[in-house]
Amino acid sequence: MSTAAAVLTNTQSERSPSSNLTIYLKEAKYEFLKSLRLRVYTVSVISFPLMFYVLFGLVLNAKESISGTQVPTYMIATFGTFGVMGASLFGTASGLASDRGLGWLQVKRASPMPPFAYFVAKVLVSMGFSAIVVLLLMVLGISFGGVRMPITETVKLVATLVAGSIPFSAMGLALGYFTGPNSAPAAINLIYLPMSACSGLWMPYMFLPKFMQQIALALPPFHLSQLALGTVGAGFQQSTATHWEVLLAFTLICLGIARIGFQRDKGKLYG
Amino acid sequence: MIATLEEEQSLQHPNSRAVVASLESVSMNYGEVRALRNVNFTVHAGEVVALLGPNGAGKTTAVKLLLGLLQPNSGKARVFAGDPTHPQNRMRTGAMLQVGKVPETLRVREHIDLFSSYYPQPMSLEEVLAAAGLEKLRDRKFGDLSGGQRQRTLFALAICGNPDLLFLDEPTVGLDVEARRSLWEEIRRLVDRGKTVLLSTHYLEEADALADRIAVINQGEIIAEGTPAEIKAQTSGKRIRCITELSLASLLQIPGVTDVKQDREAVEIHAREAEPVVRALLARDHSLSALEVTSAGLEEAFLALTHDNNENANRQN
Repeated sequence: MSTAAAVLTNTQSERSPSSNLTIYLKEAKYEFLKSLRLRVYTVSVISFPLMFYVLFGLVLNAKESISGTQVPTYMIATFGTFGVMGASLFGTASGLASDRGLGWLQVKRASPMPPFAYFVAKVLVSMGFSAIVVLLLMVLGISFGGVRMPITETVKLVATLVAGSIPFSAMGLALGYFTGPNSAPAAINLIYLPMSACSGLWMPYMFLPKFMQQIALALPPFHLSQLALGTVGAGFQQSTATHWEVLLAFTLICLGIARIGFQRDKGKLYG
Repeated sequence: MIATLEEEQSLQHPNSRAVVASLESVSMNYGEVRALRNVNFTVHAGEVVALLGPNGAGKTTAVKLLLGLLQPNSGKARVFAGDPTHPQNRMRTGAMLQVGKVPETLRVREHIDLFSSYYPQPMSLEEVLAAAGLEKLRDRKFGDLSGGQRQRTLFALAICGNPDLLFLDEPTVGLDVEARRSLWEEIRRLVDRGKTVLLSTHYLEEADALADRIAVINQGEIIAEGTPAEIKAQTSGKRIRCITELSLASLLQIPGVTDVKQDREAVEIHAREAEPVVRALLARDHSLSALEVTSAGLEEAFLALTHDNNENANRQN
């Protein structure tokens, strides 16, 4: 058979839905392995929330309670939110900014990879690391902080926090499109740390100065932490629906911004 | 078997084969910078074409247009007579691009496993590892590989989907001679399997060693196209190198000599034809030693071509 004929007849079939699923799973699996082996990521994303929790929740204030909830329980919700935010922002933004800026994303785009698989993998892995952080906080709280709660409450708390990874992953994608490989980590910290402080993740909301309380109402981590606190009976005013709505709106805005970045990159040399 | 192959090759002039990739009157600007000007260029099935040019000539832009990573300002880029961004066409295409950073914590086999999953009929992992010479490095993390091993891994990702058309953008840039030659071997073996390859390079030796056809590109324009022999023929002449007692002035007197240069202990003589000059040299200097005759290489041809082209451009300005 001549080469020309070979080329013309060799029309490979389309991918089946099951092989599409395989791509998504493999993409997520390797994204997870990649991050897990990246010590900078695991150390900062997992150990910081745990250290803060041990210090502020187990060593210093373990016997206190805030609005009727024991501090070790209360702080699983707040440092859980802090941990979820870190895992999600660092899990999406820094990888995306570096893949974009240093050409790897282009190699992937030149391949037949479904573009969605790349983003879905990043979000799934952020949720995975969020779950790891939250579960480790639970283990610490139960083992050393005397945290006791019914299984349904535990499941609700973990599920709320892990779902809360989605808005911050969306925010990370938006950030990743508008920062470079070197500036991304700095930009993340610049947003992550002040936002955490103002949302009452380090110091409980009611102890914040008035003006910070005002700011907190506009910040997504505040709303996630309130949802998480709500599951352990320490929620604060506003209905759960309002918190979810704020997070949903925030997610959509971030995805919109990420989409603008995606479209902008399409026309550029280094995208 | 060999006979039929040869028959086929003689019967099928490249131009009669199917066009698998083409740029049709393509112009591409980055703001003020014109990367490509009205470029027409085709790659036929089973061919290895080298896009040869200095840095910044527009090679990478041409490759990215054909991969659908860029959209031309005017004209059309096509692969398999269709849109390069169409998933169906991407499944028949593999690409090795210049990349600043590859995820370093994944192992070679893991990278290959992931990329293979994108394609409907990929090669097996063992085949890919063998074809790219990576058998012993399969469990090595990308970050622990040498420069040549990294390029081989990127090459493996380009071929793992068993594509019909392969783009190699400066595959051996920055590699030492040994690593370069070993990658050439891998590329040649792939070509033997009947793949169509578009290779961009600024190494003339590379184009000469691998390509059936070379397109010389400079300042966004294709300034010459042909087989390596045809390109070389565009600048005539031979280079003769030897150690001789004859003076430069007397060497220049030998009929047919166009240029003479001292090169350390030896002289380098340029001549239209080698034989009469060598005969004359040997007759005049019995102590002559270290005689070498080479064709004026692609390098000279290339320099001459791009030089003329630049001069014309300057004159026009």
